[in-house]
Amino acid sequence: MRTLPATARAYLLCVGFTAVLCAAPALRSGRAAPWGTVVALAALYALCERLARRPPMGRTGAGAFFPVLLAAAFLLPPPLAGLVAVPGALASPVERSPARVRRLWHAARLSIAVHAASHVFALGAHRTVTAPDFPYVLLPAAAAALAFSVVSALLDGGILVTAERSSPRTAWRAPLLGSLAPHLVHGLAGLMMAVLWHSTYGPVAALLVLLPMYISCWVLAQYHRERAAHQATIRALVQAVDIKDRYTRGHSERVGRASVLIARELGMDGDRLEALRFAGILHDVGKLGVPTRLLRKNGPLTPQERRVIELHPEYGHEMVRGIGFLDEARAAILHHHERLDGSGYPYGLSGHHIPLFARVVAVADAFDAMTSTRSYRRGRPVAAAVEELRRCAGTQFDPLMVGALARALDRHGWHPAVTADAAGAAGAAGAVGDVPDDLSGNVPSGALPGVLPGVLPGALRAVSPASQGVGTRAPEDSPRRPFPGPRGGTR
Amino acid sequence: MSRESAARPYATPHAPYAPHAPYVVAVLYCAAGALAAVSLAGTLRSGITDPHVALAFGGLIAVGELARQGAGAHPGDREPAPLAAAGALAYALLGETDRHPTSHGALQVLAVVLAATLAGAAPRLAAGRGPVLDHLVRRLLTVGFAATCFQPLYNTGALARWPGHGPYYALFLLLLLALTALCDAVLRAALARARTGWPYGPLLRDELRGLLGVGSAICATGVVIALAVAVAGLWALPVFCVPLLLTQFSLRRHGAVRATYAQTIASLARCTEIAGYTPAGHARRVAALGRAVGRELGLSEPELTVLEYAALMHDIGQLSLVDPVPAGATEPLPPSEQRRIALLGGAVVRQTGVPEEVAAVVERQADPYRDQPLTARIVRTVNAYDDLVGRFAEDGAHGPYGPLRALERLRLATGRDYAPAVVEALARVLARGGDVR
Repeated sequence: MRTLPATARAYLLCVGFTAVLCAAPALRSGRAAPWGTVVALAALYALCERLARRPPMGRTGAGAFFPVLLAAAFLLPPPLAGLVAVPGALASPVERSPARVRRLWHAARLSIAVHAASHVFALGAHRTVTAPDFPYVLLPAAAAALAFSVVSALLDGGILVTAERSSPRTAWRAPLLGSLAPHLVHGLAGLMMAVLWHSTYGPVAALLVLLPMYISCWVLAQYHRERAAHQATIRALVQAVDIKDRYTRGHSERVGRASVLIARELGMDGDRLEALRFAGILHDVGKLGVPTRLLRKNGPLTPQERRVIELHPEYGHEMVRGIGFLDEARAAILHHHERLDGSGYPYGLSGHHIPLFARVVAVADAFDAMTSTRSYRRGRPVAAAVEELRRCAGTQFDPLMVGALARALDRHGWHPAVTADAAGAAGAAGAVGDVPDDLSGNVPSGALPGVLPGVLPGALRAVSPASQGVGTRAPEDSPRRPFPGPRGGTR
Repeated sequence: MSRESAARPYATPHAPYAPHAPYVVAVLYCAAGALAAVSLAGTLRSGITDPHVALAFGGLIAVGELARQGAGAHPGDREPAPLAAAGALAYALLGETDRHPTSHGALQVLAVVLAATLAGAAPRLAAGRGPVLDHLVRRLLTVGFAATCFQPLYNTGALARWPGHGPYYALFLLLLLALTALCDAVLRAALARARTGWPYGPLLRDELRGLLGVGSAICATGVVIALAVAVAGLWALPVFCVPLLLTQFSLRRHGAVRATYAQTIASLARCTEIAGYTPAGHARRVAALGRAVGRELGLSEPELTVLEYAALMHDIGQLSLVDPVPAGATEPLPPSEQRRIALLGGAVVRQTGVPEEVAAVVERQADPYRDQPLTARIVRTVNAYDDLVGRFAEDGAHGPYGPLRALERLRLATGRDYAPAVVEALARVLARGGDVR
């Protein structure tokens, strides 16, 4: 409680007081009130809440059992309906402290929302729904679900505004719009429960309504888990490149980020934005096909060797061919080294024959190659890099993309230390640190030139079956990548 | 492209429809055909009672069938059309509408379900997508079971005496549907066994496990619809399908992400090939043959998935080698070297977000078999087999001699490296024509 600002505390007290006021008439309702239904529904909700928050469901389980609350709103007068949410909210596990305050807050918020829903429902229908009421009862039911959704989103947004000082727009708009559809579905399920609860078949039949809801939440939880695992796998593809080419470590992730910056500026969103992020992340995946010796070669490359390295876009395209969802991103992987004037590779496409995604990734790639520090040279400042990009816009890069990147950088800045969405990749990507330490004992020390420590676990650094180290390099005089303008930033 | 082939972008060693026990299929098809004929004839003769109810349920089934996903012909695939299944079961268990008793019998239920399923499947049939006959046969047999158990009891009034129209009635319906679901699982496993020749026990186990998921949601919705129509009339139908639609939607999203995930894993497995560390197609062959051997040894579907992912990625540790091992075959290397590569591979796999077990299998693939879990034994044996066959083919031993010599070599090393049971299972799979080279 001490960490909360004064406005937030006042807000919490207000909400709590309102909740108590709402529930107060329940005391006067006496013995005639349907207390049995109140107790049964409250116990049911508390039980369901515990069930939904168990490990396989995690946080996605939250709200799976709102149909119980909405059924209460349909079955009971407002003060009693509000009470149904209280035990469940008080007993639910809370992840962050202060736990007691959070529990009380949840109880107050849900109780007020159910109270409001019950009021709204009473405006258009009576409490026992039977056949003749259909389909007209759907209208008050939908209105009640709407009221529940709006009130709980408003109260939730209020705490964000007062305690975390979010802007009212972000605190209210997105949650409100996002919760409408699920709450309408919950409203229908709640109506089913209410209908069956009062029928001759009794509450047992009403319980069955919850099973499909529970199953879909369970499937949804699995969906989120597999999605996270999938993103981790994509990153593992990238890390496989990092194993081979230590100089570009973290590069892929940053190119993905820069591509997203450009794409947002161009007004892309949703699936295309996501595809472009993957295009940026995976653009160099074909380097897996280039012999490790070549990627790590000291000294200048012969034309023959350069040609081998220039095959990597085609290798990359071949590798991700089987991944259906990448779609447009595959074109970006194949063409990210094309130049606007047609002198790039592999196909020498020019102008607008180069796919849009490839033009975006080319700019992002060059930008990161210039600004990142490699062991043989320091990175350039962002402003100098943008200047260089502008200089080459029209011949090498699409001016549209360069302009978009410059605007995005002005607006958001560039924070290369923060990896794109380490949080989005969930725990799976965080497993980088999970490699057992004893593995590094297996690696011959000659193979571990101490560059860029800590990005990948030691176990993943190169080992050769014959225990030949790669040899330490002299970073300063290495002519390997004298930066010849933005082109060849990454080869 | 069916969901199954999208999820697994390479051939399994068994042709999916190599008939194994054709008489099972024949018996089931005959039974379903007889049921269909009898129900159609009976309904035509007596006419349709309560046509509006029949029309409403028929419409629901047809819509659910239109919205179905995937072929549903493979074990472990969940019910492709949950809405249609729930609607059909609800019609089979329908006693009252709007508090008025109905009088449609089991024959009419079957006729309506048959017509509606065919109507809903017509677009798919016209487009030539996916086998629908197995699905239809199963639907008819299970709905026939439920309707035959329920309708005569209801229409003769036996149900009104016991359990009456109270809470026990709901429980009775639930029990009936649980029995029906069991029958369905047995049928599915039998059909899958007949189609693929995989052992019956594990198939049935996988089907029963599948019942806990979407199967229970379908049963619950079937009971709820039957009861709700009794209480609130036919208006309940559209309203009460919404939660199941939600389930179907989540299932579809889950299926999509699973398919993409499998594709990405397969791409990751191709890394080593494109990088020139392993021969082309090696990982895919080991995965496919390993899956077949795993089935032969009775592994369950989740274990098979672990096995498959581990087999696909078993060579990934080689990426950390500066110079490729000749032909990518790790078997000739000294054991300590093999184990080191395996450990490195496990470290990479751990970062991919696949289940922990997969990394464990990859890590322990080079251990002596007595220290390994069964999945790792399979990966080791099948990997060695594929390496050996490849080597013999290079030496000029084509035709059947390569595989035979490779098996011989494996048998000689069953003292320490390869588990005898796995080698024998591999031999049986190969003898059935499961050689994927």
